[in-house]
Amino acid sequence: MINDLFPNVDWPKMWEATVETLYMTAVSTILTAIIGLVLGLLLFLTSPHQAWANKLANWLTGAFVNIFRSIPFIILIILLIPLTKFLVGTMRGPNAAFPALVIGAAPFYARMVLIALREIDKGVLEAAKSMGAKTSTVIWKVLLPESMPALVSGITVTGISLVGYTAMAGIIGAGGLGTLAFLDGFQRGRTDVTLVATILILIMVFIIQWIGDLITTKIDKR
Amino acid sequence: MISLNNVSKKFSTKQGTIVAVEEVNLDIKKGEIFGIIGYSGAGKSTLIRLLNGLEKPTSGQIIVNNQDITKINEVKLRQVRQKVSMIFQHFNLLWSRTVAENIAFPLEIAGVPQAQRSSRVEELIDLVGLEGRGHYYPSQLSGGQKQRVGIARALANRPEVLLCDEATSALDPETTDSILDLLVSINEKLGLTIVLITHEMQVIQKICGRVAVMEKGHVVEEGKVLDVFQNPQQPITKRFVSQVSDSNKAIQTIQHLKELYPNGKLIKLVFVGEQTEQPILSRLIKQFDLEVNIVQGNISHTQNGAFGTLILQLEGDALLVDEAIRYIHEQKVNTEVINND
Repeated sequence: MINDLFPNVDWPKMWEATVETLYMTAVSTILTAIIGLVLGLLLFLTSPHQAWANKLANWLTGAFVNIFRSIPFIILIILLIPLTKFLVGTMRGPNAAFPALVIGAAPFYARMVLIALREIDKGVLEAAKSMGAKTSTVIWKVLLPESMPALVSGITVTGISLVGYTAMAGIIGAGGLGTLAFLDGFQRGRTDVTLVATILILIMVFIIQWIGDLITTKIDKR
Repeated sequence: MISLNNVSKKFSTKQGTIVAVEEVNLDIKKGEIFGIIGYSGAGKSTLIRLLNGLEKPTSGQIIVNNQDITKINEVKLRQVRQKVSMIFQHFNLLWSRTVAENIAFPLEIAGVPQAQRSSRVEELIDLVGLEGRGHYYPSQLSGGQKQRVGIARALANRPEVLLCDEATSALDPETTDSILDLLVSINEKLGLTIVLITHEMQVIQKICGRVAVMEKGHVVEEGKVLDVFQNPQQPITKRFVSQVSDSNKAIQTIQHLKELYPNGKLIKLVFVGEQTEQPILSRLIKQFDLEVNIVQGNISHTQNGAFGTLILQLEGDALLVDEAIRYIHEQKVNTEVINND
């Protein structure tokens, strides 16, 4: 039955591509979360009246974030080819997608981290300071826990964008559902392959959103 | 315990320099409850933040516990803050932590081991009357309960000074009373020095021993609460005192009273401390053949005694009325004749 509906779909190949997309999304989301958090914290802590208030550092971080957030992803991939070759050694396969995916998504997440941290009640930060807390204590015990729901919903949105980015990275040969839909589907005129790849990507997005929402509601005690 | 010598704090903004605190001198003794009252913008929030180094003074000396906190480094200052804790108008609890975890937070900062932390937290929960609520989140508590958590958290590291930043201003009158009672009881039980800022004279009246009145960055008046109540010097102090003693309302109605009681003399008596417990009125009536009419009366209780005002109408022979007023004077009651016809 299913083979009548989608005559050209090679299911083992489709499954392999799905796993590749999942792999690329999962690893790049984790790397993006870490780098984005560091950048976001830097943006927050170097801003005026904060613990590490420093105009130059704030301006530099801000500039870095804004520049890489503004470059269209498909152009970023091409610009990063030399860096990717240096880091990964090849331009083919899922691993080759990581530098572009992370450098494209981390600045985007850093902005969301900054917004989340700014939402924290100033009074709570003052209270922590009045108890004699060090900046590291403030980061681990106040800033991160108090903004956790916003950080989680931010990484959910970023993770979903990354699913889309992996599909784009697929066009330059990173593998995954993007490559499959483009090479096997679009270029060979097999609409059913494109359709199945799309449906799988949609399911992936829905599952990520569902998990993100679930965690956000569970940890939000406000 | 705490002394401020010529302390000033200026903020520079785009609009120019703002002087929040200017040339303030204060001496707060160990174990007392010291109140600072002023309207918003008077500089009291800045002043209280100078006491734990959350704000740095532009000039002057701030001695807390024999240490000049303007001269010590960040590391020492953090140690000082563990002994000079603070509670806030909006409680400033961490919503991501339970009541018990919030109270444990300053203990974590001080590096107290886990086992000691939990027994100390239990003690504190009992002390502030939140038994059985250790596992609640702040969002599940009322304002008064949140402030109790704030107090427990502030007491965790056995501080010597407790700074209260408008701690009852966000609470209803009944809850305010219960929080003030708790502050008095920990002051007595733990010998803690309490410095509080407020804009409500009721708070000063209820728990403070001494008070400083702030206006435009200056301390314009300072003294024992009872003395300030009895004999306010500055117009702003008079306004604050009238918040509680209601004499402001009385002044507004004096014109009205004169019209209502055209005969005899209207006199205002001000009682302080023990005088409020003497039966002056009944003696007055027994000794003088006068019609004595109570027009208005009011008693406020402060931490070191009561303070009352009474407006009387005395009718009868003019000479006898004068003699009666002299008699009241002799009882060391402050009198003031309102209408001199």
